[in-house]
Parts: sequence; structure tokens; C-alpha cells
Amino acid sequence: MAYAETGFNLEIDLTRGNIERVATDPKLTRLYLGGLGTNSKILWDRVPPEVEPFSPENLLVFGTGLLVGTPAPGSNRTIVSTISPQTGLMAYSMMGGFWAPELKYAGYDKVIFRGKSPTLIYLYIHNDKVEIRDATHLHGKGAVETQELIKKELKDPNIQVAAIGLAGENRVFTASIEQGRSSASRLGIGAVMGDKGIKAIAVRGTKDLNIAKPLEYMKLCNEVLKYISDREEKPVPGVMPILAGLGSPQEMLHTDEKWHTENFSWGNSRTRRKEFWTKEVEEKWTATQEGARTRLISCYNCPMKCGAIISLPGMSTYMMKCFSKLTYNMAAFVDDLEFGFRIAQRATEYGVDGFSTPQIMAFAVELWDAGILTDADFEGCPKDNEGKFYWLLDRIVRREGIGDILADGTHWAALKIGNGAEAYAHNNIKKHEQLPLKLGMLNPIYFLMYCTGEKSNITQIEGQFPQAPFPTMEEREEFVSDWVHVPDDKFKQYLLDWELRGEKSNPYYPTVDMSVDIVDWQEKMHYIDDALGICAGLSSFPLKPPYHIHNYPKFISAATGIDMDEAELSLAAKRNRTLLRAFNIRRGLTRADEKPPEDHWRKRFPELEEQLLDAYYKFKGWNNQGIPTKETLHELDMDYVSADLEQRGFLP
Amino acid sequence: MSTTRKKVKLIKIDADKCNGCRACEMICSAFHATPKYSSNNPERSRVRVIRDPLKDVYLPVYAGEYTPSECKGRDKYVIDGKEYDECSFCRASCPSRNLFKEPDSGLPLKCDMCEDEEEPLCVTWCLAKALTYEEREEEREEEPQLGEIETGLEALVKKHGLQKLMDSVARLSKKG
Repeated sequence: MAYAETGFNLEIDLTRGNIERVATDPKLTRLYLGGLGTNSKILWDRVPPEVEPFSPENLLVFGTGLLVGTPAPGSNRTIVSTISPQTGLMAYSMMGGFWAPELKYAGYDKVIFRGKSPTLIYLYIHNDKVEIRDATHLHGKGAVETQELIKKELKDPNIQVAAIGLAGENRVFTASIEQGRSSASRLGIGAVMGDKGIKAIAVRGTKDLNIAKPLEYMKLCNEVLKYISDREEKPVPGVMPILAGLGSPQEMLHTDEKWHTENFSWGNSRTRRKEFWTKEVEEKWTATQEGARTRLISCYNCPMKCGAIISLPGMSTYMMKCFSKLTYNMAAFVDDLEFGFRIAQRATEYGVDGFSTPQIMAFAVELWDAGILTDADFEGCPKDNEGKFYWLLDRIVRREGIGDILADGTHWAALKIGNGAEAYAHNNIKKHEQLPLKLGMLNPIYFLMYCTGEKSNITQIEGQFPQAPFPTMEEREEFVSDWVHVPDDKFKQYLLDWELRGEKSNPYYPTVDMSVDIVDWQEKMHYIDDALGICAGLSSFPLKPPYHIHNYPKFISAATGIDMDEAELSLAAKRNRTLLRAFNIRRGLTRADEKPPEDHWRKRFPELEEQLLDAYYKFKGWNNQGIPTKETLHELDMDYVSADLEQRGFLP
Repeated sequence: MSTTRKKVKLIKIDADKCNGCRACEMICSAFHATPKYSSNNPERSRVRVIRDPLKDVYLPVYAGEYTPSECKGRDKYVIDGKEYDECSFCRASCPSRNLFKEPDSGLPLKCDMCEDEEEPLCVTWCLAKALTYEEREEEREEEPQLGEIETGLEALVKKHGLQKLMDSVARLSKKG
């Protein structure tokens, strides 16, 4: 009997309309755990680097994490992996919600799509019954609307549906996959889903999911639940509200937006408005948010309430989470929060990434102001900021006129537009739009995370270690006093010694080696979460989370029956991290790509930055081009990777 | 029949506080698995959250008595402008819907308040405090208690008739 996982994947060949249920190899679970780990293994084995994102040979993998659907709080993540049309590298976007546990209860760990359907379809999985169904009647329907229509059509409100909107159908590079209150948004995976002709995947499962050591496992789960409850009563002092508690940033709960609105940049990631958050704005925004928010809501088996139901007069209800609340307002320079809630509703139905899309629109407006785009490109566009954004959004998701060029994201759009437009696509890493954050002094930890993160998204790498030093020793001592999460006590010392100013401050402290250590810990926890399907909001993202390197091995052992200790789990995380790196190297990633946006920090230190990158690569067991060495790959049981890299000329 | 003082267990449901996470369903099905916690499957849960997020309907409902027949009439409730589908508030396992039935056997499920635990586990797992536990004492007439098998058999008798059931048991015992 399989434990924690089901031991079966669904293989869907869309070209032939063939469906197969395939048993998985239990050896791979020990090596790669599940979720992102086993997704990456499948992509490595089956998608050679010549395959284009929109080729039938590209795979689209919906994977559940190893612990998904078990009683562990927050074990609900779907990890979607494919080749990103925007970066050409591996895209792995993730979503919470209810879809992944439902798939487990239906008896599958993953759904793997290959080929292309000649017409628009949706997949319906109901335990052993799996059907490819016609979806031509859902053409152009909203991503939220589609979920409701399918539930009605199949006459079962308990079905969980992941769907794309118009943006995905039209292969917009920022197209998302929407599901309940969640979405897998980054890197254009919705475009690949649309390219394959999949409108939605509907799942219903009513089978048991087994646990190897039930009493042990439940004890661990109860401890985590208790910890969450206690931790919520004890916010971390001295950090901003969204970093004090657990969960993904509690944007739906908190109304105080002084930090975001004054520290993040407005427009095309250009302007900081340091006096923005006045009493008047605060009152107005609080009233708007409380009026729009009907209820705070959660993902499957998680007590955090990171999402909200948003309902405003004259538009259909939708669900929202995190920072999308502000991205449209800030990109459009609109001071009325209601605009943000309203345009996000349309954007959610279209199914687009709420980080990249507003930035693309702000980029277009800037190009228009600069005369690089002309009035002819904007024929019929309203003159007010709100109107411009609605107009651009409609053009982009339909790929009409200038929208067709913008739909590929700022990097590719700038290349097509030319005439100096490249300088306006200034906030990208590896062709992917970043948070609109522009700062003063280089932070060596963040430098490394921005450069080397395989997902090119800081929130999926950072966490665990405070973003800035605490001003006083008392605060630092208090912070480390119950910091049981550190893999090693040296991390406590790093924090105790870290000063705001002087010798032991950024950029030279934490030192190069310390920075590498800290980054390694941070990303290790993300790689573990992404393989187990535990939400980063209860683990790798917040300070002092319920899950950490010391209790995770026990969870895995009790759930699966596989003997796991910290060393072996760390090795599995390293294996997954290295496999992703090798995959991207094979697709053309180079050291030259590993850099933050030029203007991310005002004060840059080229020599130190090179040292940081050198030290990070060395620590990881990679050569100075960021390519994993044969020795490293051998230690990780991945000789098959070095053989391939050697054959392709990446390794000697 | 004599009367005794009886402890009445009560779960108070504050639907306004429900965040729709369904931890109650998960822990209920895990607790009632055999062996305990060896598996979980919300479909086996004796509490289900009737959810319709876009209509802001979040309603934890507990499995009550089995009933062999459908109701003659159905009700729809509108409360504070929100329309609740027919049967939303009903605890019965009945032929008109798939709720509160063992997915394999179709046998009815019924909440037992997690008998030996300090409080029902759905309450423990509801950190949103939509579910809270209360106890009170009441004068009660004594009734004979049915064991788990009898409850199941009684349901089968109601559904198929005593004779059919006895025939089936006889046939099964011959197969040995």
C-alpha cells in the first residue's frame, strides 16, 4: 500500500485523446520526495532542451506535494511545472486551495499532459473515471466563471476546478491558472495550458489517503496546530505587521498599507511616494477594503486566512489574496483603492498574473509618454489613468493591436518595439517582471537570492531570516531566545552581530560566507515545502514558522514510512535544487543571466557581488559558471545528469 | 422507564466565523478511520462544510439520523440576503442527496461527538472558532442504546426490509 502519496499518475496524451493510469517508482519518492522534485525529474527525463514552450512535446505537469491531503495543516499545494514561454526556462508556479487534496482523494499524485488537443477541452477526473470533455462552449469564459459553469454542468458543487481565462486561451505570457481563492500565476503557465487546448481540469475524489504511522503522525500534526495557535498570539515585535505573523502576507486582513505604498515604487517601478499614507488615505482605504471584503477565507486544512471574498456592487464576486490588492493601483498611479479591487476582478476572470501584468501596462504607458509608442498605438484609449489600464488589459488578453506585443511581457515587447524601449523594461530578472522595489544599500543575502533563484521570484526564495537587522541587542537577544528553527546555532550569532550601520552592516556583513549559508538555509526550506506541498506561509516564508528542518524529517517518516533524517532531507532538497539548475543550464541559463535589475539598489559593489556569486556556486558544488560539477552530481545520485551535461558540452 | 440526568453534548456553529478550510472534515474522517488516524477522506466525514464561496455560503453541517425517505417538501432559506439551497441545514442522511454516506457501502454516517475525546476533534481543529463545544445536563428518559453494528443493521432493515436482510446474512454465512 502507498502512504501519503497514491502511487499513481495520470498521463494524458491530448493529441490522441489517450488516458493512462501509471504506477510511479517508489525509489523516486525517497530521492526527490514529490511535488516540484518529482515534477522536475519528469521534465528532465522527457523534455529535452530543444523543445519549445508551445510545442506538443512540452509537458504540463500538475503535481501534488508528498504530504498533500494528509492531516498536516497547510498541505494543499499544487505545483505546476512546464517550460515558461517568457523565460524559456522551467516554470513552476504553485497554488493552494482545494484542488491538490481532491486529486489525491481521487487516487492520483500528478496529472501529466502532453501533445495538443485540436479543440478546446476540459478534463474531468472522478476517482477511476477520467474523461476528456468538450469545452468549446467555454471559449472566452472567465476563469472564475468557468469553474462555476463546470460544477453546474457536472452537477456536483464539491468538484474542484482549475481553469484558465481568455488570457490563457490567447497564450498571453502572463496568463495564470485560477482555482477557488488561489492561482498559479507566475511565468506564463496558463499560456501553455491554453496552447494545449485545456480550458480546465475538474477533480472529484472520494478515496482514502493512507498514513504509515498514524499515531505518530497525528501527534506531530497536533503539535503544529498548537504551535500555530500560540504563534498567532505572539507576533514578532519590531517588524512590519505582514511579517510579524504566519501565513502569506496578510494583505486581506491588514488595512495599514503605509509600508507598501511608501516603500514600493509606483508606475513602471519608478517613483517612491514617501508622504502618501496620510490619515485621509488610511480612512478611505480602510473603508473601501472593509466594504469590499465579505469574508476572510482559507485553503484546505489551514487555519490561516490569507484570502478574501471580494464583492463590490455592479460586478461579480471573486476571491483575492496577497499583494494583488495594490499592484494595479500602484502601477496605474491611482489613489483610490476601489480601482484596484475592481480591475483585479476583471483580471482574475481573464486569468492574468497580478504582479507582471500591471507592470506591463505601466511600461506601455511610460513608452507612450516618452513617444516611443505613439497615439496610433493607443487609438481609442481613454486619457485617464484608470481608463488606460482597463483599455490595455482588454487589449493584452485579446492580443489586439499593441496588446499583442505587450502580451509577451516587458522584455520581449521592448525588443519588438525597439527605438530605446529596452531601457523601460528595467525591472526584470531572467526576462521576468519583479516586485517594484527600489532600494539604497545592497543587501548581500538578497543579492544572492535575486540572482540565483530558479523561479525568479523573491517571495519564493526568501523567509526564515529577518530582512533587516534589529536596532538593539535586547531585541536581537529576544528574537533568538526561541529561535529553534535554525539548522545550526551559528545563524543566531549572525543575527546578533548584524548592525544597521558600521562595520557589521550591509553590504559587507553578513560576510560572503555567512550570506551563502543564510541563502542556502532559506532556499532549502522552500525546496522542501515545494516537494512536500506544504504552504510556504506556514513554513519557509514567515519568521519562526511551525514547520522547520528539525520536525520535517519526522513528518516524512511518519507519513510515508521512509526513514528520513535531517541529513537525508537536506540532501533531497539539494538534489531537487541541483536538478532544477541543471535543467535550466541545459536550456541556456548562464552566469551572465544571474543579476538583479540594474537599479534595484542605488549602491552597488561589483567586486563584492562577483565574490558572492563565486562563493555561492562553490558552496553548491557548481563550477564558476553555475553548472553543477560531476562530483556534486555523483554525490547526489545524479550521474545521469552529468552524463547528459557532458554529452551536450556543458561539462568537460 | 426511569429518568436520569444526562450530559448533553453540544457543538455551537458560528457560520460567520467559518473560513471554509474543511479541517473539521479532515480530522473527523481521520479519527473515525480504522485503525484510528490511519487514513483520511473528507467523504467519510460526519461533518461537511456546505460551501459556495461566491455566494458567501459557509455552513458546517453535522450528520444526524438516517432517514429512508425523502421529505415531501423542500425548503430554501434566505438569510441576510444569502440564499441557502434546499437541505442546507438538514443533518439527515437520506436518499435525496449524497451527503453523510460511506463512499464504499453507502451506509449512513452519524456524528458521535468523538465519544472518548475531551471534545469533538472538529472543534479542536477549528482555530477560527466557528465550532465551539458546550455541555449541559438534562433530565432524560432512558432508552436502550444501540451499538455501532446495530445502528448499521437498523438502517439496512429500514432500507431493504428485515426479511431481505436476513436472507442476505444467511447467504453470506453459507459462503463462509
